[in-house]
Amino acid sequence: MLSQDFIRLALLAGTPIALASGAIGYFVVLRSQVFAGDTLSHVSFTGALAAAAAGVDLRFGLFAAAIAVALLLVLLGDRAASDDVAIGTTLAWVLGLGAFFLDLFNRSSHGGNGVIAARTLFGSIFGLSGGQARLAAEIGVGLFVVMLAIARPLLGATIDSKVASAQGMPVAAIGAGFLVLVGVDAAEATQVVGALLMLGLIAVPAGAAVRLTASPYLALTLSSVLAVASLWLGVVFAYVIPSLPPSSAIIGVAAAIYALSFVATSFTARRPYWPRGARTENG
Amino acid sequence: MSLFAYPFMVHAIEAGTIVAVMAAVTGWFVVLRRQTFAGHALAVMSFPGASGAALAGLPLAVGYFAACGIAATAIAAGSRTDERRNLAQESAVIGVVQVTGFALGFLFLSLYGGVLENLENLLFGSFLGITTTQVEVLAGVAVCALAFFAVAGRPLLFSSIDDLVARAGGVPVRALEVAFLLVLGLAVASTAQITGVLLVFALLVAPAAAAQQFTPSIAGGLGLSVAIGLLVTWIGLALSYYTNYSVGFYVTTLAFAAYLIARLSRRLRPA
Repeated sequence: MLSQDFIRLALLAGTPIALASGAIGYFVVLRSQVFAGDTLSHVSFTGALAAAAAGVDLRFGLFAAAIAVALLLVLLGDRAASDDVAIGTTLAWVLGLGAFFLDLFNRSSHGGNGVIAARTLFGSIFGLSGGQARLAAEIGVGLFVVMLAIARPLLGATIDSKVASAQGMPVAAIGAGFLVLVGVDAAEATQVVGALLMLGLIAVPAGAAVRLTASPYLALTLSSVLAVASLWLGVVFAYVIPSLPPSSAIIGVAAAIYALSFVATSFTARRPYWPRGARTENG
Repeated sequence: MSLFAYPFMVHAIEAGTIVAVMAAVTGWFVVLRRQTFAGHALAVMSFPGASGAALAGLPLAVGYFAACGIAATAIAAGSRTDERRNLAQESAVIGVVQVTGFALGFLFLSLYGGVLENLENLLFGSFLGITTTQVEVLAGVAVCALAFFAVAGRPLLFSSIDDLVARAGGVPVRALEVAFLLVLGLAVASTAQITGVLLVFALLVAPAAAAQQFTPSIAGGLGLSVAIGLLVTWIGLALSYYTNYSVGFYVTTLAFAAYLIARLSRRLRPA
């Protein structure tokens, strides 16, 4: 299996992306920003279609759209109450724009047959070129290193933003910077697993990790490990069963791990709790 | 050319009107309860529902409603620890349900084979091919949903605003939550057939969100939400008919504009 070029490229590109997504995902879950992450992943779809319609490099569209919308969410979001509503309406509009660009693209001379749309939505980890894989690997490693570097202040800003800002930490700027990182990760992950499933690498392993342990650094590590494991197992399954699309396989493995973590923690007497101060209603 | 010259446009306007009213009322509670993400995830469920039904040879609507029902139950079951809503955990559970739905949908689609040209319609909707039967089914669903809100609206409102006090007052909070998610799934599944899986939000959340920026009153908010939903749908359909670009684009853009205007006007008004 490893003698196949496309498998080697898939693992080369996928592993760093999964590593970074796992680390980013832990904070996404802890900050209850799964919906924001989801939105950023859909946004890259619009960006890719806009780039296709304009005839420029797809990747340019992916990154530009994801970063722009991350900043828009920071602007519209108001940490108090209407967060999810602001995100939801933005998401609807950006997808509407995507439909518009899809129209434009289908009408232009190089008009396609939905292949670009399908590829962007569902990813094509088995169709990466050498250059794409290398770039994905570099961005993944870069993101992971940045996450490790900012893990400590970000954790402080997440768990108790009042104390953090009293200590002079720029909490708002940290939050904004983090969303941009999520955007970059979403744009890159889109090429690996696709816009719609990218949330799988971000939210699912992290969700499982948070259920399994309350220790922040352990959960962070576990989240990355589970993300990478999902990717590898998913690639193996997709290779062995040709009718199984790789994106579905990867997400299937991740979801199975999550379900196991759910079952495992349901039967233990003492449930792991969330770090104190993580947001709960009425509390 | 008149908007009403073709039967397909008449059907589109009828269906759009029903959907706009139902989505706006449901959406008002969604926004109040901060369950936008759940609404999105349930909308996504119509994708595996539809592709699964195609694969199994069942009517599409059966797949839609089955998938939404399963997902609504899963979200309601998974999102509570220790009796109170844990927003972080709830969002993680919803995220998991949603991506699993997508992964399954994509799997069904590739097993079914060769329907990718329909993917666009499935995701972005099409107002064009609506039949009389579909309009009747929609009307039936809308009546059920509105009847639910007529009966359970008051306790639902109570438990949405103060969960703990409502529970102490004997309101069956948990049962209401599950019932609400099921109705939401029903509304979203039928809306998705018209607006497409990805664009349900435009009609579900934006009108209600704009309305709640304008007024805290319950009756006023619900009325305004329905009014905005209807306007957005009608203008969107008309624009799409005359310019030939997709309805989804116009409806979402108009709805987003309404929301932005509501946000701005609230900021400009003296507190």
